[in-house]
Amino acid sequence: MARTFLCLMALATLSWLSCGHAAVLPEDRADALYHRYDGGGVTIDGPSLLVRKQVAKNVSVAANYYVDSISSASIDVVTTASAYSEKRTEMSVGADYLYNSTIFSTGYKNSDESDYTANSAYFGVSQDLFGALTNISMSYARGWDDVSRTGDSEFSEDVERHSYRLGISQILTRNLLMGMTLETITDEGFLNNPYRSVRYLDPDSERGYSYQAEIYPNTRTSTAVSVRGRYRLPYRAALHSEYRFFDDTWGIAAHTGELGYTQPVWGRWMLDLSYRYYTQTAADFYSDLFSREDAQNYMARDKELSDFDSHTLGIGVSYEILPEGWRFFEKGNLSVRYNYIYFDYENFRDLRDDGNAPGTEPLYNFSANVVQFFFSVWF
Amino acid sequence: MSMKRCVATAVVLALIGLSGCSNVEPWVKPYERDRLADPIMFFDRDPVSSAYTHHVYEAREGARGGLGSSGGGCGCN
Repeated sequence: MARTFLCLMALATLSWLSCGHAAVLPEDRADALYHRYDGGGVTIDGPSLLVRKQVAKNVSVAANYYVDSISSASIDVVTTASAYSEKRTEMSVGADYLYNSTIFSTGYKNSDESDYTANSAYFGVSQDLFGALTNISMSYARGWDDVSRTGDSEFSEDVERHSYRLGISQILTRNLLMGMTLETITDEGFLNNPYRSVRYLDPDSERGYSYQAEIYPNTRTSTAVSVRGRYRLPYRAALHSEYRFFDDTWGIAAHTGELGYTQPVWGRWMLDLSYRYYTQTAADFYSDLFSREDAQNYMARDKELSDFDSHTLGIGVSYEILPEGWRFFEKGNLSVRYNYIYFDYENFRDLRDDGNAPGTEPLYNFSANVVQFFFSVWF
Repeated sequence: MSMKRCVATAVVLALIGLSGCSNVEPWVKPYERDRLADPIMFFDRDPVSSAYTHHVYEAREGARGGLGSSGGGCGCN
Protein backbone atom coordinates (compact mmCIF):
# COMPACT_ATOMS: atom_id res chain seq x y z
CA MET A 1 0.00 0.00 0.00
CA ALA A 2 2.77 2.39 0.98
CA ARG A 3 4.60 1.62 -2.28
CA THR A 4 1.45 2.28 -4.35
CA PHE A 5 0.85 5.56 -2.58
CA LEU A 6 4.47 6.66 -3.06
CA CYS A 7 4.28 5.76 -6.79
CA LEU A 8 1.16 7.91 -7.09
CA MET A 9 2.90 10.74 -5.25
CA ALA A 10 5.73 10.48 -7.77
CA LEU A 11 3.23 10.47 -10.68
CA ALA A 12 1.44 13.52 -9.32
CA THR A 13 4.78 15.26 -8.75
CA LEU A 14 5.93 14.58 -12.30
CA SER A 15 2.65 15.96 -13.61
CA TRP A 16 3.08 19.10 -11.49
CA LEU A 17 6.76 19.79 -12.18
CA SER A 18 6.09 21.07 -15.67
CA CYS A 19 3.53 23.61 -14.43
CA GLY A 20 4.77 27.15 -14.14
CA HIS A 21 2.83 28.77 -11.29
CA ALA A 22 4.76 30.32 -8.42
CA ALA A 23 4.83 28.75 -4.98
CA VAL A 24 6.40 30.21 -1.85
CA LEU A 25 8.26 28.78 1.12
CA PRO A 26 6.87 29.30 4.65
CA GLU A 27 7.81 32.50 6.51
CA ASP A 28 10.98 32.75 8.64
CA ARG A 29 9.72 32.79 12.19
CA ALA A 30 10.47 31.70 15.77
CA ASP A 31 7.96 30.90 18.52
CA ALA A 32 8.44 30.22 22.23
CA LEU A 33 5.33 28.76 23.86
CA TYR A 34 4.41 27.72 27.39
CA HIS A 35 1.44 25.33 27.65
CA ARG A 36 -0.53 24.08 30.63
CA TYR A 37 -3.39 21.55 30.72
CA ASP A 38 -5.26 21.04 34.00
CA GLY A 39 -8.26 18.72 34.19
CA GLY A 40 -9.56 15.40 35.51
CA GLY A 41 -6.73 15.15 38.07
CA VAL A 42 -4.05 15.54 35.39
CA THR A 43 -1.69 18.48 35.06
CA ILE A 44 0.61 18.73 32.03
CA ASP A 45 2.79 21.70 31.26
CA GLY A 46 6.00 22.59 29.48
CA PRO A 47 7.59 24.59 26.68
CA SER A 48 7.49 24.34 22.90
CA LEU A 49 10.11 26.11 20.80
CA LEU A 50 9.69 26.29 17.04
CA VAL A 51 12.13 27.93 14.63
CA ARG A 52 11.80 28.11 10.86
CA LYS A 53 14.42 29.71 8.60
CA GLN A 54 15.16 29.91 4.92
CA VAL A 55 18.77 28.74 4.54
CA ALA A 56 19.19 28.89 0.77
CA LYS A 57 17.27 30.39 -2.13
CA ASN A 58 14.95 27.39 -2.33
CA VAL A 59 15.32 25.68 1.06
CA SER A 60 13.61 26.34 4.38
CA VAL A 61 14.32 24.30 7.52
CA ALA A 62 12.40 24.00 10.79
CA ALA A 63 13.08 22.53 14.23
CA ASN A 64 10.77 22.02 17.20
CA TYR A 65 11.56 21.13 20.82
CA TYR A 66 8.55 20.23 22.95
CA VAL A 67 8.13 18.96 26.53
CA ASP A 68 5.17 17.54 28.46
CA SER A 69 5.75 17.41 32.24
CA ILE A 70 2.95 15.18 33.47
CA SER A 71 1.54 14.83 36.97
CA SER A 72 -1.33 12.36 36.90
CA ALA A 73 -3.97 11.39 39.43
CA SER A 74 -6.62 10.77 36.76
CA ILE A 75 -9.74 8.71 37.50
CA ASP A 76 -8.06 5.59 36.01
CA VAL A 77 -5.02 6.13 38.19
CA VAL A 78 -7.04 6.85 41.35
CA THR A 79 -9.24 3.76 40.98
CA THR A 80 -6.71 1.17 39.76
CA ALA A 81 -3.14 2.44 40.38
CA SER A 82 -1.07 5.15 42.07
CA ALA A 83 -0.49 8.78 41.11
CA TYR A 84 2.66 9.29 39.04
CA SER A 85 4.81 11.94 37.40
CA GLU A 86 6.75 11.68 34.16
CA LYS A 87 8.24 13.71 31.37
CA ARG A 88 7.88 13.37 27.61
CA THR A 89 10.34 15.12 25.31
CA GLU A 90 9.69 15.53 21.61
CA MET A 91 12.11 16.83 19.00
CA SER A 92 11.47 17.26 15.30
CA VAL A 93 13.30 18.63 12.30
CA GLY A 94 11.98 19.27 8.82
CA ALA A 95 12.95 20.82 5.51
CA ASP A 96 11.04 22.25 2.54
CA TYR A 97 12.54 22.49 -0.93
CA LEU A 98 10.99 24.71 -3.57
CA TYR A 99 11.50 23.52 -7.15
CA ASN A 100 9.70 25.59 -9.77
CA SER A 101 6.11 25.38 -8.61
CA THR A 102 6.41 22.39 -6.29
CA ILE A 103 7.35 22.24 -2.61
CA PHE A 104 8.88 18.99 -1.37
CA SER A 105 8.77 18.50 2.39
CA THR A 106 10.47 15.97 4.58
CA GLY A 107 10.99 15.58 8.31
CA TYR A 108 11.77 13.38 11.26
CA LYS A 109 10.31 13.34 14.78
CA ASN A 110 11.33 11.58 18.00
CA SER A 111 9.25 11.41 21.17
CA ASP A 112 10.74 9.91 24.29
CA GLU A 113 9.42 9.07 27.75
CA SER A 114 10.48 6.51 30.34
CA ASP A 115 8.29 3.69 28.95
CA TYR A 116 7.50 4.76 25.37
CA THR A 117 9.62 5.87 22.42
CA ALA A 118 8.11 6.97 19.11
CA ASN A 119 9.96 7.82 15.91
CA SER A 120 8.41 8.95 12.65
CA ALA A 121 9.50 10.27 9.27
CA TYR A 122 7.43 11.90 6.55
CA PHE A 123 7.66 13.02 2.95
CA GLY A 124 5.22 15.29 1.16
CA VAL A 125 4.69 17.33 -2.00
CA SER A 126 2.44 20.33 -2.57
CA GLN A 127 1.63 22.31 -5.67
CA ASP A 128 -0.23 25.50 -6.59
CA LEU A 129 -2.43 25.14 -9.67
CA PHE A 130 -4.77 27.20 -11.86
CA GLY A 131 -3.05 30.52 -11.26
CA ALA A 132 -2.58 29.61 -7.58
CA LEU A 133 -6.33 29.35 -7.02
CA THR A 134 -5.86 25.74 -5.98
CA ASN A 135 -3.25 23.98 -3.87
CA ILE A 136 -2.93 20.20 -3.77
CA SER A 137 -0.78 18.31 -1.28
CA MET A 138 0.04 14.66 -0.59
CA SER A 139 2.14 13.19 2.18
CA TYR A 140 3.19 9.85 3.57
CA ALA A 141 4.48 9.25 7.11
CA ARG A 142 5.83 6.15 8.75
CA GLY A 143 6.23 5.62 12.48
CA TRP A 144 8.01 3.12 14.71
CA ASP A 145 7.16 2.94 18.42
CA ASP A 146 8.82 0.94 21.21
CA VAL A 147 6.56 0.17 24.16
CA SER A 148 7.93 -0.88 27.56
CA ARG A 149 6.47 -1.20 31.07
CA THR A 150 7.95 0.39 34.18
CA GLY A 151 9.11 -2.25 36.65
CA ASP A 152 8.97 -5.07 34.07
CA SER A 153 12.24 -5.38 32.19
CA GLU A 154 10.92 -8.43 30.29
CA PHE A 155 8.13 -6.42 28.63
CA SER A 156 9.02 -5.06 25.19
CA GLU A 157 6.57 -4.50 22.34
CA ASP A 158 6.47 -2.38 19.21
CA VAL A 159 4.07 -0.59 16.90
CA GLU A 160 4.39 0.29 13.22
CA ARG A 161 2.33 3.14 11.79
CA HIS A 162 1.60 4.41 8.26
CA SER A 163 -0.22 7.62 7.43
CA TYR A 164 -1.45 8.73 3.99
CA ARG A 165 -2.69 12.28 3.69
CA LEU A 166 -4.23 14.16 0.75
CA GLY A 167 -5.23 17.80 0.88
CA ILE A 168 -6.70 20.46 -1.33
CA SER A 169 -7.24 24.14 -0.63
CA GLN A 170 -9.15 26.41 -2.95
CA ILE A 171 -9.81 30.12 -3.36
CA LEU A 172 -13.52 30.33 -4.18
CA THR A 173 -14.09 34.08 -4.15
CA ARG A 174 -12.25 37.27 -3.14
CA ASN A 175 -13.45 36.58 0.42
CA LEU A 176 -13.71 32.80 0.75
CA LEU A 177 -11.12 30.02 1.11
CA MET A 178 -12.00 26.33 1.42
CA GLY A 179 -9.88 23.30 2.29
CA MET A 180 -10.38 19.55 2.38
CA THR A 181 -8.24 16.78 3.85
CA LEU A 182 -8.42 13.00 3.66
CA GLU A 183 -6.15 11.02 5.97
CA THR A 184 -5.87 7.26 6.44
CA ILE A 185 -3.74 5.87 9.26
CA THR A 186 -2.90 2.21 9.85
CA ASP A 187 -1.30 0.82 13.01
CA GLU A 188 0.04 -2.64 13.71
CA GLY A 189 1.51 -3.92 16.97
CA PHE A 190 0.86 -3.47 20.68
CA LEU A 191 -1.87 -0.81 20.70
CA ASN A 192 -3.20 -0.93 24.25
CA ASN A 193 -1.91 0.72 27.38
CA PRO A 194 0.18 -1.86 29.31
CA TYR A 195 -1.05 -0.53 32.67
CA ARG A 196 -4.80 -0.17 32.08
CA SER A 197 -7.40 -2.71 33.24
CA VAL A 198 -10.98 -3.62 32.41
CA ARG A 199 -13.46 -4.53 35.16
CA TYR A 200 -15.85 -7.46 35.19
CA LEU A 201 -18.62 -8.68 37.49
CA ASP A 202 -17.22 -10.90 40.22
CA PRO A 203 -19.64 -12.15 42.90
CA ASP A 204 -16.67 -13.36 44.96
CA SER A 205 -15.32 -9.84 45.31
CA GLU A 206 -16.53 -7.67 48.20
CA ARG A 207 -17.31 -4.72 45.91
CA GLY A 208 -18.94 -6.96 43.27
CA TYR A 209 -16.32 -6.59 40.54
CA SER A 210 -12.64 -7.31 39.82
CA TYR A 211 -10.05 -6.15 37.26
CA GLN A 212 -8.00 -7.85 34.54
CA ALA A 213 -5.59 -6.45 31.94
CA GLU A 214 -7.22 -4.96 28.86
CA ILE A 215 -6.64 -6.63 25.47
CA TYR A 216 -6.83 -4.71 22.16
CA PRO A 217 -6.65 -5.94 18.57
CA ASN A 218 -3.13 -5.53 17.17
CA THR A 219 -4.25 -3.69 14.05
CA ARG A 220 -6.27 -0.52 13.50
CA THR A 221 -7.08 1.46 10.35
CA SER A 222 -8.82 4.81 10.48
CA THR A 223 -10.00 7.36 7.93
CA ALA A 224 -10.74 11.00 8.59
CA VAL A 225 -12.25 13.44 6.09
CA SER A 226 -12.46 17.11 6.92
CA VAL A 227 -13.63 20.25 5.21
CA ARG A 228 -12.91 23.79 6.37
CA GLY A 229 -13.68 27.31 5.26
CA ARG A 230 -12.53 30.82 6.08
CA TYR A 231 -14.64 33.82 5.13
CA ARG A 232 -13.51 37.43 5.20
CA LEU A 233 -16.34 39.68 6.41
CA PRO A 234 -17.08 43.07 4.75
CA TYR A 235 -15.18 44.76 7.61
CA ARG A 236 -11.74 43.47 8.74
CA ALA A 237 -12.74 40.26 10.50
CA ALA A 238 -12.94 36.57 9.58
CA LEU A 239 -15.28 33.67 10.28
CA HIS A 240 -14.02 30.10 10.10
CA SER A 241 -15.60 26.69 10.35
CA GLU A 242 -14.42 23.09 10.17
CA TYR A 243 -16.14 19.73 10.09
CA ARG A 244 -14.50 16.30 10.31
CA PHE A 245 -15.95 12.81 9.98
CA PHE A 246 -13.91 9.96 11.41
CA ASP A 247 -14.37 6.20 11.16
CA ASP A 248 -12.15 3.24 12.11
CA THR A 249 -12.00 -0.55 12.13
CA TRP A 250 -12.55 -0.62 15.91
CA GLY A 251 -16.10 0.69 15.46
CA ILE A 252 -15.46 4.27 16.53
CA ALA A 253 -17.28 6.91 14.47
CA ALA A 254 -16.80 10.56 15.38
CA HIS A 255 -17.99 13.98 14.27
CA THR A 256 -16.10 17.19 15.02
CA GLY A 257 -17.43 20.68 14.30
CA GLU A 258 -15.82 24.03 15.00
CA LEU A 259 -16.84 27.65 14.50
CA GLY A 260 -14.60 30.64 15.10
CA TYR A 261 -14.37 34.39 14.71
CA THR A 262 -11.24 36.57 14.39
CA GLN A 263 -11.41 40.32 14.98
CA PRO A 264 -8.50 42.79 14.97
CA VAL A 265 -9.14 45.57 17.50
CA TRP A 266 -7.46 48.85 18.49
CA GLY A 267 -4.83 48.57 15.76
CA ARG A 268 -2.35 46.18 17.37
CA TRP A 269 -4.66 43.70 19.11
CA MET A 270 -6.26 40.55 17.68
CA LEU A 271 -9.14 38.69 19.29
CA ASP A 272 -10.09 35.05 18.51
CA LEU A 273 -13.25 33.32 19.72
CA SER A 274 -14.16 29.69 19.01
CA TYR A 275 -16.51 26.87 19.87
CA ARG A 276 -15.80 23.19 19.13
CA TYR A 277 -18.12 20.21 19.49
CA TYR A 278 -16.92 16.59 19.40
CA THR A 279 -18.91 13.36 19.68
CA GLN A 280 -17.93 9.71 19.20
CA THR A 281 -19.38 6.22 19.46
CA ALA A 282 -17.60 3.55 21.52
CA ALA A 283 -15.23 0.91 20.17
CA ASP A 284 -16.92 -2.47 19.56
CA PHE A 285 -14.87 -4.08 22.35
CA TYR A 286 -15.39 -1.31 24.94
CA SER A 287 -17.45 -1.91 28.07
CA ASP A 288 -17.52 -0.17 31.43
CA LEU A 289 -18.34 -3.52 33.09
CA PHE A 290 -17.89 -6.91 31.42
CA SER A 291 -20.21 -9.74 32.44
CA ARG A 292 -17.38 -12.08 33.53
CA GLU A 293 -13.62 -12.60 33.42
CA ASP A 294 -12.29 -13.15 29.85
CA ALA A 295 -15.75 -12.29 28.52
CA GLN A 296 -14.40 -11.48 25.00
CA ASN A 297 -11.27 -11.83 22.89
CA TYR A 298 -10.75 -8.06 22.99
CA MET A 299 -11.70 -5.89 25.95
CA ALA A 300 -11.17 -2.21 26.74
CA ARG A 301 -12.24 0.19 29.46
CA ASP A 302 -10.35 3.22 28.22
CA LYS A 303 -12.66 6.24 28.44
CA GLU A 304 -11.18 7.55 25.18
CA LEU A 305 -12.81 4.52 23.48
CA SER A 306 -16.23 5.05 25.14
CA ASP A 307 -19.31 6.98 23.97
CA PHE A 308 -18.78 10.62 24.86
CA ASP A 309 -19.21 14.26 23.84
CA SER A 310 -17.01 17.25 24.49
CA HIS A 311 -17.54 21.00 24.20
CA THR A 312 -14.70 23.52 23.95
CA LEU A 313 -14.96 27.27 24.34
CA GLY A 314 -11.85 29.17 23.28
CA ILE A 315 -10.63 32.75 23.53
CA GLY A 316 -7.32 34.13 22.31
CA VAL A 317 -5.71 37.56 22.38
CA SER A 318 -2.59 38.63 20.47
CA TYR A 319 -0.72 41.92 20.74
CA GLU A 320 1.73 43.12 18.09
CA ILE A 321 4.79 44.33 20.00
CA LEU A 322 7.08 45.28 17.13
CA PRO A 323 4.86 46.86 14.46
CA GLU A 324 7.82 48.75 12.95
CA GLY A 325 10.29 45.89 13.43
CA TRP A 326 13.52 46.02 15.44
CA ARG A 327 17.04 45.28 14.18
CA PHE A 328 16.66 42.17 12.03
CA PHE A 329 13.17 41.35 13.37
CA GLU A 330 10.35 42.31 11.03
CA LYS A 331 7.61 42.07 13.66
CA GLY A 332 6.71 40.34 16.91
CA ASN A 333 3.58 39.15 18.71
CA LEU A 334 2.67 38.24 22.28
CA SER A 335 -0.31 35.87 22.48
CA VAL A 336 -2.38 34.13 25.11
CA ARG A 337 -5.02 31.47 24.44
CA TYR A 338 -7.43 29.84 26.84
CA ASN A 339 -9.67 26.81 26.13
CA TYR A 340 -12.29 25.45 28.49
CA ILE A 341 -13.16 21.82 27.62
CA TYR A 342 -16.03 19.85 29.11
CA PHE A 343 -16.06 16.04 28.64
CA ASP A 344 -19.30 14.16 29.25
CA TYR A 345 -19.12 10.33 29.21
CA GLU A 346 -22.19 8.23 28.41
CA ASN A 347 -20.93 4.76 29.39
CA PHE A 348 -17.89 5.32 31.57
CA ARG A 349 -18.74 5.31 35.27
CA ASP A 350 -17.15 7.11 38.20
CA LEU A 351 -15.99 4.42 40.67
CA ARG A 352 -14.58 6.75 43.32
CA ASP A 353 -17.66 6.31 45.51
CA ASP A 354 -17.94 2.70 46.77
CA GLY A 355 -21.58 2.94 47.85
CA ASN A 356 -23.18 1.88 44.54
CA ALA A 357 -23.97 -1.53 43.08
CA PRO A 358 -21.70 -2.42 40.10
CA GLY A 359 -23.06 -0.79 36.94
CA THR A 360 -25.13 1.84 38.78
CA GLU A 361 -22.32 4.27 39.68
CA PRO A 362 -22.74 7.85 38.41
CA LEU A 363 -21.49 8.55 34.87
CA TYR A 364 -18.17 10.39 34.75
CA ASN A 365 -17.59 13.93 33.48
CA PHE A 366 -14.86 16.49 33.97
CA SER A 367 -13.68 19.84 32.70
CA ALA A 368 -10.20 20.99 31.71
CA ASN A 369 -8.52 24.38 31.51
CA VAL A 370 -5.94 24.71 28.76
CA VAL A 371 -3.70 27.78 28.64
CA GLN A 372 -1.03 28.80 26.13
CA PHE A 373 1.29 31.84 26.30
CA PHE A 374 3.55 32.42 23.35
CA PHE A 375 5.96 34.93 21.90
CA SER A 376 6.53 35.01 18.13
CA VAL A 377 9.03 36.91 15.99
CA TRP A 378 9.38 37.11 12.22
CA PHE A 379 12.77 37.83 10.70
CA MET B 1 -12.11 0.10 1.33
CA SER B 2 -10.70 3.29 2.75
CA MET B 3 -7.36 2.43 1.14
CA LYS B 4 -9.02 2.13 -2.27
CA ARG B 5 -10.67 5.49 -1.69
CA CYS B 6 -7.28 6.91 -0.78
CA VAL B 7 -5.67 5.58 -3.96
CA ALA B 8 -8.59 6.78 -6.11
CA THR B 9 -8.22 10.27 -4.67
CA ALA B 10 -4.47 10.19 -5.36
CA VAL B 11 -5.17 9.33 -9.01
CA VAL B 12 -7.69 12.17 -9.26
CA LEU B 13 -5.14 14.57 -7.75
CA ALA B 14 -2.51 13.44 -10.28
CA LEU B 15 -5.00 14.04 -13.12
CA ILE B 16 -5.90 17.44 -11.70
CA GLY B 17 -2.16 18.10 -11.61
CA LEU B 18 -1.89 17.29 -15.32
CA SER B 19 -4.91 19.42 -16.18
CA GLY B 20 -3.46 22.21 -14.02
CA CYS B 21 -0.76 22.66 -16.66
CA SER B 22 -3.39 23.83 -19.11
CA ASN B 23 -3.94 27.55 -19.29
CA VAL B 24 -6.85 28.00 -16.88
CA GLU B 25 -7.81 31.62 -16.32
CA PRO B 26 -8.04 32.27 -12.55
CA TRP B 27 -11.43 33.74 -11.72
CA VAL B 28 -9.97 35.58 -8.71
CA LYS B 29 -7.04 37.56 -10.12
CA PRO B 30 -3.81 37.94 -8.10
CA TYR B 31 -4.52 41.67 -7.62
CA GLU B 32 -7.95 40.78 -6.17
CA ARG B 33 -6.46 38.69 -3.33
CA ASP B 34 -5.52 41.48 -0.94
CA ARG B 35 -8.18 40.45 1.60
CA LEU B 36 -7.08 36.81 1.43
CA ALA B 37 -3.46 37.86 2.08
CA ASP B 38 -4.43 39.30 5.49
CA PRO B 39 -3.10 37.06 8.34
CA ILE B 40 -6.65 36.82 9.74
CA MET B 41 -7.42 34.63 6.69
CA PHE B 42 -4.60 32.10 7.27
CA PHE B 43 -5.82 28.55 7.96
CA ASP B 44 -2.90 28.07 10.35
CA ARG B 45 -1.84 31.48 11.67
CA ASP B 46 0.26 30.15 14.58
CA PRO B 47 1.59 26.63 13.84
CA VAL B 48 3.18 26.22 17.29
CA SER B 49 -0.19 26.81 18.93
CA SER B 50 -2.31 24.72 16.56
CA ALA B 51 0.09 21.75 16.84
CA TYR B 52 -0.29 21.85 20.63
CA THR B 53 -4.09 22.18 20.43
CA HIS B 54 -4.34 19.16 18.09
CA HIS B 55 -2.14 17.18 20.50
CA VAL B 56 -4.47 18.02 23.42
CA TYR B 57 -7.47 16.65 21.50
CA GLU B 58 -5.76 13.59 20.01
CA ALA B 59 -4.59 12.46 23.46
CA ARG B 60 -8.18 12.45 24.78
CA GLU B 61 -10.32 11.44 21.81
CA GLY B 62 -10.70 8.24 19.80
CA ALA B 63 -10.56 10.16 16.50
CA ARG B 64 -7.26 11.15 14.93
CA GLY B 65 -5.89 12.78 11.78
CA GLY B 66 -7.49 14.87 9.09
CA LEU B 67 -7.38 18.14 10.98
CA GLY B 68 -5.35 21.23 10.33
CA SER B 69 -4.25 23.04 7.28
CA SER B 70 -4.16 21.18 4.00
CA GLY B 71 -1.23 23.29 2.88
CA GLY B 72 -0.95 26.17 0.54
CA GLY B 73 -1.98 29.72 1.16
CA CYS B 74 -3.85 32.33 -0.73
CA GLY B 75 -1.50 32.47 -3.71
CA CYS B 76 -1.11 36.20 -3.08
CA ASN B 77 2.61 36.42 -3.79
